[in-house]
Formats: sequence, structure tokens, C-alpha cells
Amino acid sequence: MSREKARHGQSRPPIAFVVLAAIAVVFFLLPLIGLLARTPWSDLVSLLASEVVADALVLSAIASFAAVTISTVVGVPLAWVLARVDFRGRALVRGLVLFPLVLPPVVGGAALLFALGRRGVVGEPLYEATGLVLPFSIWGVVIAVTFVSMPFLILTVEGALRNVDVRFEGAAASLGAGGWTVFRRVTLPMIGPSLAAGMVLTWARAIGEFGATVTFAGNLAGETQTLPLAVFVALETNRDTATALSLLMVAISLAVLVLLRDRWLRPR
Amino acid sequence: MAEAPVTLNARIIVKRGDEFTLEMSIRVESGKTAALLGPNGAGKSTAVAALAGLLPIDQGRIVLGDEVLDDPDAGVFVPPDERGIGVVFQDYLLFGHLTVAENVAFGLRSKKKERDAVEAKTSAWMERLGLSQLSNSKARDLSGGQAQKVAVARALITDPGLLLLDEPMAALDATTRVEVRRDLADHLSEFAGPRLLITHDPTEAFLLADEIHVIEDGRITQVGSAEDVRLRPRTRYVADLAGSNLLTGTASSGAVTVGTHVLQVGDTAIAGSVLATIHPRAISVHRQHPEGSPRNVWKTTVVRIEHFGDRVRLQTGDPLPLAVEVTPAAVDALGLKGESEIWLSVKATEIGVEPG
Repeated sequence: MSREKARHGQSRPPIAFVVLAAIAVVFFLLPLIGLLARTPWSDLVSLLASEVVADALVLSAIASFAAVTISTVVGVPLAWVLARVDFRGRALVRGLVLFPLVLPPVVGGAALLFALGRRGVVGEPLYEATGLVLPFSIWGVVIAVTFVSMPFLILTVEGALRNVDVRFEGAAASLGAGGWTVFRRVTLPMIGPSLAAGMVLTWARAIGEFGATVTFAGNLAGETQTLPLAVFVALETNRDTATALSLLMVAISLAVLVLLRDRWLRPR
Repeated sequence: MAEAPVTLNARIIVKRGDEFTLEMSIRVESGKTAALLGPNGAGKSTAVAALAGLLPIDQGRIVLGDEVLDDPDAGVFVPPDERGIGVVFQDYLLFGHLTVAENVAFGLRSKKKERDAVEAKTSAWMERLGLSQLSNSKARDLSGGQAQKVAVARALITDPGLLLLDEPMAALDATTRVEVRRDLADHLSEFAGPRLLITHDPTEAFLLADEIHVIEDGRITQVGSAEDVRLRPRTRYVADLAGSNLLTGTASSGAVTVGTHVLQVGDTAIAGSVLATIHPRAISVHRQHPEGSPRNVWKTTVVRIEHFGDRVRLQTGDPLPLAVEVTPAAVDALGLKGESEIWLSVKATEIGVEPG
């Protein structure tokens, strides 16, 4: 990391600020260095090829992509309603959407259990009617990660919809396009970049989800054990596997940063 | 185009907060171009939105042909996508992510017309407006003049019953304006239905419209031909807005012929069809043939005298009806009244000439 050079016309930053900022940078950098230093590079391939790792990887992939899909299918319409429809209780609904962001994930998982568990408010009648048990299954994983990650999509898309110049939608309507056509052919392309960013963000949150998943879906290797859960377990049993898994997730995170670089790394 | 002639008949009342109410009536017949001329904030854009169905009216009634489009009292409101009103929007509002051809075809595709028919009609319209070469360009890459053509084609391809043009020239730079305005005049004349041009630019209104509706602060203050508005302004605002005398004529070697009258102008290079402007205060009034050598001197009569505060506007008669502005003191000194015989003089350099 290079120091910010004092640019033309900018005042020289106070020394104290530079020192404190450097401490913050080191704080972010150290864990990465620690991880890379401990990585068993020579065994990396065989460690990652183990069955536990492969199972967790597949499960995480399925669950995170399912979360993105579900979030997009129901989240985009909700974002649209929040951005465009003026209704009573809109603030309340937005608060509800924001809730999983501020709620400790473990509590979110517990709440899901009370609602959708076999004895839950909805879970019990569901079980009696269909025999379906959501918790401690792959469905539970999908539900837990979707619950925690969907707000990212909704907030990103709602923000984008608010920034769309609605005159373009009016122009499309004047040309005979009905509501759905206007959305599909004009609004959606205009919010495209933000929607993509929201989907990446949602996916990143979903793949890293731990608390709600472990509470609602458990930690059964090969069934509900996602990558973060596998890392946690491996730390107790096999440190090298944990390190390898962690490195894998670092790579995933880096990929997210690269995908979103225009949005985050070069603000304005 | 062989549609039955339709007439736009609208009475529009829209309240915006406690501050502003638009209350206007307008009637435009098939084949006629009306201009809604007024300053920013007068309610022009609100009128466009109301006509296009993007803003429901609070009271009144909008009727196009025999179809009622908006009538709050009767509970009728036809949504914008079913109105069949073509709009050339301010800033054009082309869909930047689509190509020129996709923009032009947008209305037809929205109506789920057959693919082949859409393509044929689209390329016909593109050719008509000279856009064929640009068909695969992204709309966001066009120049102002090109964008206006795309906007016009996009609006007309659906065979609308009414054409609305909201400040169609405002986004253009001065160098392309003349040419684009001529083209636009052609396209307007080819459209069979009623046309409504919204503008803040009197020149544009005078050149493109058959009838001018002046709007100030949400109300229509004057309706008339370009000449009526220019020569007989009813409010101070109209007088200022329509400030200059605008004359269309033919130029050759420093002389512009307007009707039967020949004006000497400063620009000797310009030739062909031109637009001459003379500011009402650039014209001097005399009771006898003036001494000295202003190049343009002619005899006429005072047709009308109007007082606007500290200024007096004279309307003069044949051979070249003009608006002339003088001070009240000059009116007294010269003893001017209706039908007074006067001499007018204008310096050649005071007459602005541009291709028209």
C-alpha cells in the first residue's frame, strides 16, 4: 500500500492521521499474511480434493446460487414496490427488509427455527400436511442463507430504481409499452449494472453465511455443512484443511472484489 | 396516411401543490400545428404530461377525435400506452442501451406486431429520415440532430393520432438548428393529425406553427397567428418574448425581398431563403422624409398604438407591417396617433439575417 500522495491543491494530511490510518491498514493486512504464511502450499491440491471439502463446496455453491435466484425473483419486485409505490407502512416494510442486516445471524437462525421448524408456527402445519421438514436439510441451508443475504439485493436494486429517470419509462409507455414491457425493455437494462452488483453482493454474503445456517440447518457433514462451517470444524480437527479452505474462500472474496471493482475500488 | 381527420380538444386543469395550477384549453385540428409558447415554469411540460397520459388531470376533459382520453368527472382515464399519442420528448429520451433501429421499432414491438412487418416498417421509416446508415449504432452515441430524427421516427412509426413535440430543438447547438428545423418542418407537414409544439423559443413557434398559444404562469394569455402575436401582443410578456420582428424573405447581393418590399441588409454574402430580424427599437420614426442616409427608408401609416408601461408599441401598416417601439415622449413630440402618416428608417446593419 502506497501512501496517498499530497495532490495538487490538497493540504498535507496530519501526521497522526497517517499513523492511525496505517494501523488500520495493517490490521486488515495481517490476517491475510497469517493465512498465506500458514498455507500448506505443497498439499493444497490434495487437501482441497478431500471429500469433506468437495461436499461443502458443492453445497455452498448450490445454496448461494439458490439464494441469489430466490432473492432476485422476489427481491426485485419488492425493491420496485418500495421504490415506486407510495403506500402506508412502506417504512415498516423497509425496516423489515433491513432487519436481517442488523440482526445477529444466530438469532435469525433461531427465529427461522421457531417459525419453520417442525414445531414452528408454519413448520408444524407444513409438516403435518406434507411431511416436509425444512430445518437440518439442504432446504434449511437455502432458507437460512437467503434470509440473511436477500437484503443486499433489495437495497441495491431499490437504490438503483430510485435513480432511474422515470421520464424514460414514460417515453416507453407513450410508445404503447405496458407496465411489464416497460420494466423488461427499459427499466431493467437501466438498472442492469446495479442489479448485477446486488446479485454479486448477495452471493458473497450467502457463501460466507455461518450463524443462521448452523442454527437453522445444523452442521452435518455432506448434508448441511457449508464451506464456512467446514472451516470451523476443520480448525478443531485438521488445521491444514482449515487453512486450505480459508484460502479458497479468500480467492472467492477476491473474485467478488474484482467483479465489483468499478463500484467499490474507485468511488466516484 | 389516410386516417380520418381527428381534432384535439383539451381542457386541462392540474393542480401542483398549493403553488401552481395549470388551467388551459386548446384545440388543434388535423393537419395543423399549434405551438404552446411560454417561459420555463409556465406549465408547458405539465400540459405535455397530461396530454400523454403521464399525469392524470384534476379537472377538465381531453378528447382526441371521438375518443375521450381523460375525464375525471366521468371516471375515464386512458393510460399512456393506449392513447396512441406520439411524443418527441425534451432531450429526446432515446433508449441509450438500444440501437437506433431498436429505438425506432420500439413502439411496434411493444404492440407485438409481426416481426417481418416490424422490420419492413422500421427500415422504411429509417430510410425516410435518412437514418439507415446508423441503424446499428447505439442511441447514446448519436449527435443532437440525429437523435432528434430518431425521436421523430420513433414517435411517428406507431401512426399516432396526435403528435406532441416538447422543446424539440432545445438540445441542439446553434449550428445545426437551422437545418434540423427545416427537416422538422417537413416531417410535421407529412403528419396528417394534429400537432402540438411546445417551445420557449418564439422563432421556432413562428416558423413551425400555424397558430400560437401563449402560456404564462399556467394560463393561456393569447392565441393567434404568428403575425397576431408579433404585431398585436396582448401582454408585456408577449411583447418582450416576441420582441423582434421576424420576416421571411429571399436574399441576394445585400438585399432581402419580403413580399413587395426590399430591405438593404449588411450581410452581402447570404443568398436564398432567409429569416430577417429587426428589433422594434432599431426602427426610427419620423414625420417627414429623414435627412442623412439610412439605407432603408419607407413611408407607412400607424395602424395601432399600445402602451406598455414606459414603452409604446406601434404597429405599422403596408408595405411591411412591423412592430416599432418608441418612448411615450417621442409619441407626444411626433404627435402620433392612429392612421398618422410616418416615415420609418432602419440601418442596414441593424437587420439580422440568417438562413431560414
